[in-house]
Amino acid sequence: MSISSGPKIIRPITLQPCNRSSDNPILSDHRITTFIGSTRTLRLTQSISSSQRRSASTIVAVSDVAKRKSNKNLLLTKEEGLEVYEDMILGRAFEDMCAQMYYRGKMFGFVHLYNGQEAVSSGFIKLLKKEDSVVSTYRDHVHALSKGVPARAVMSELFGKTTGCCRGQGGSMHMFSAEHNVLGGFAFIGEGIPVATGAAFTSKYKREVLKEADCDHVTLAFFGDGTANNGQFFECLNMAALWKLPIVFVVENNLWAIGMSHLRATSDPAIWKKGPAFGMPGVHVDGMDVLKVREVAKDAIGRARRGEGPTLVECETYRFRGHSLADPDELRDPNEKARYAARDPITALKKYLIESKLASEAELKAIEKKVDEVVEDAVEFADESPVPSRSQLLENVFADPRGFGIGPDGRYRCEDPKFTQGTAQV
Amino acid sequence: MSHCIASPLQTPVAGDRKIVTFGSNMLGIVRQSVNGARSLSSQGFGDYMMRLRPVASAMRRYSSATKEMTVRDALNSALDEEMAADPNVFVMGEEVGEYQGAYKITKGLLDKYGPERVLDTPITEAGFAGIGVGAAYHGLRPVIEFMTFNFSMQAIDHVINSAAKSNYMSAGQINVPIVFRGPNGPAAGVGAQHSQCYGAWYGSVPGLKVLVPYSSEDARGLLKAAIRDPDPVVFLENELLYGESFPVSAEALDSSFCLPIGKAKIEREGKDVTITAFSKMVGYALKAAEILEKDGINAEVINLRSIRPLDRATINASVRKTNRLVTVEEGFPQHGIGAEICASVVEDSFGYLDAPVERIAGADVPTPYAANLERMAFPQIEDIVRAAKRACYRSAVPLAATA
Repeated sequence: MSISSGPKIIRPITLQPCNRSSDNPILSDHRITTFIGSTRTLRLTQSISSSQRRSASTIVAVSDVAKRKSNKNLLLTKEEGLEVYEDMILGRAFEDMCAQMYYRGKMFGFVHLYNGQEAVSSGFIKLLKKEDSVVSTYRDHVHALSKGVPARAVMSELFGKTTGCCRGQGGSMHMFSAEHNVLGGFAFIGEGIPVATGAAFTSKYKREVLKEADCDHVTLAFFGDGTANNGQFFECLNMAALWKLPIVFVVENNLWAIGMSHLRATSDPAIWKKGPAFGMPGVHVDGMDVLKVREVAKDAIGRARRGEGPTLVECETYRFRGHSLADPDELRDPNEKARYAARDPITALKKYLIESKLASEAELKAIEKKVDEVVEDAVEFADESPVPSRSQLLENVFADPRGFGIGPDGRYRCEDPKFTQGTAQV
Repeated sequence: MSHCIASPLQTPVAGDRKIVTFGSNMLGIVRQSVNGARSLSSQGFGDYMMRLRPVASAMRRYSSATKEMTVRDALNSALDEEMAADPNVFVMGEEVGEYQGAYKITKGLLDKYGPERVLDTPITEAGFAGIGVGAAYHGLRPVIEFMTFNFSMQAIDHVINSAAKSNYMSAGQINVPIVFRGPNGPAAGVGAQHSQCYGAWYGSVPGLKVLVPYSSEDARGLLKAAIRDPDPVVFLENELLYGESFPVSAEALDSSFCLPIGKAKIEREGKDVTITAFSKMVGYALKAAEILEKDGINAEVINLRSIRPLDRATINASVRKTNRLVTVEEGFPQHGIGAEICASVVEDSFGYLDAPVERIAGADVPTPYAANLERMAFPQIEDIVRAAKRACYRSAVPLAATA
């Protein structure tokens, strides 16, 4: 088992100098980027969109990770590689479209985009079965997409139409899908962690109390670095380890909680260390490299499925956009953004697939085109869908609006003669 | 089990507040050896017989005249029966297992159902309330105990945001069949942080059902209904009522007995003034009605049983009959249950009111510790009598004079 209680030291990708001369050209090997002083607002930030990266390539990333991997046995088959690639491209294209739609007024409220973090979502969720559960935060569009919720349903939900996955009643931050076991979508950070722990608890309960012997469903809880300081996180680390629940706690450490840098907020910034303190393995992984994430995920999910208990995985990742579409994103150092943009997980995977001869350029282009069509279709579908009808306002408050005890015919349920057939065997 | 044996501790004394200390009721004679041993592995025949005894005696008394049962036993038997009937039901909370329940409501359940279904948790309200919600998302039926509802404030995010709102946010895909139960409101001398009533707070949230039992029959019927209900239910009990005995009918002892959610009960019929109350205040209202009877005022007492949904129909029908209304609650006055009832009556039955609605609530202060101050901080029977007389224009004391 490759996961021990110690850290996994991952060497970061070494970069070639980019074309901005004022940047620090040579970066030394260090695990966490130094951005003390990144609160200084510098010159106008150039937002690096994915299209620029794919076409112009003014920034060249040489991933020595990819170089190393191509010498070993291949980590994934062609089908898996293409599946992961398509998932990541879908996440990126979808989020970019969300930004466009937001600025055109089709989407409103709070929208939090996932650009740059796709490796974590695809790396973990593509290993799950349909019955496994995913619980996320407000940055949940891509988690829902990776889990299998159709792009049309998610886009309609964001537009607030009745064809959305939650009929327009949830919104960007509350993606629920009972069919795909996406349990939300929570606006309060830390709120999803106990709910995920409860879903894992159910899996164990079903196996032990309800005697469904093959129930080995795993739950993944995704949350950020800011959440790792929250009380509920620690409460759940404790209880998950105490009861050996089949859960993986995935920290998407993108170093920023809105404008609060992780280093300013945390006494010990190494979040993976908090796992062993509670009796579970804590792993640190490079979240910009989907292959590494996938390896770690396989171990952690396998552990949970075998009933060996929880794991805490800290993924070092980065969001290319601001916290939300309303965030001007002035506090982050453009150098830092550039460094991480050069480690774009999609570019890295593309390079790996091509270099290890798993896929050709043409096949990947075909996937990108297909995804573009899917996203366009989703937008069209959402646009043409109707808004919820007036009667929908008061629906779905309760599953049983009349309250138990009063049957649909208005009589008390306990008066119904068939009711006593479920008598307790005491 | 002490519910078969009437003890002096259990007979309610008029006007007295009961001081219940932990374990006082557990001097129950027949249970002593089981409590003393407290080892889960010793499952001798004697223990087995003693565990069976409560229900056996309930069945034995089936055909006899009125049987008495404490609220504590009513809740315990309801939990027991629901756990036996449905393996998805489990209990989680602090001290519910080996300690037999902080107020002994879950006594005996650990021995009977094992530690996988009766879970002792660390002191992590937010954590275990959320775990309950997550389990309920997947179809289990947790009964989460808060040692008192004051501690639910540490978990209120889960009660409201992940439990109450989820069915709506997911448009009906995910319902949450969870019950949050525990003692609510003031006890005796427990101070400001242990005495708040949460009826108004939870009662204002759409997506929650809020129940407030008074008698043993209420406790049994409403708890069973709550556990079987597919929506989140906040079940507000009262610590001082746990030890009180009430007569229970044979129907109430049946294991499939449950009361409808959202229907109030008219405890006492009358024609001069309507008094609405819930939980412990129902007892006070009934005693006040007896006093008023001597003065020629025939009061109708409504036991609300359910704060959400509030039975506006019953309340309004009663007010249309009596034309006067007094609402009684122990919680803080501003934005309280009485305020909502008053608004409902003014909206629906304004023309029928012959006097302004009288609202009796706790004093607008955090609960003091000193016994005499605490008595002043909560409604007493005399307050209800005075208010009813004011509503009937029989009293010279003006509104503002009463605290």
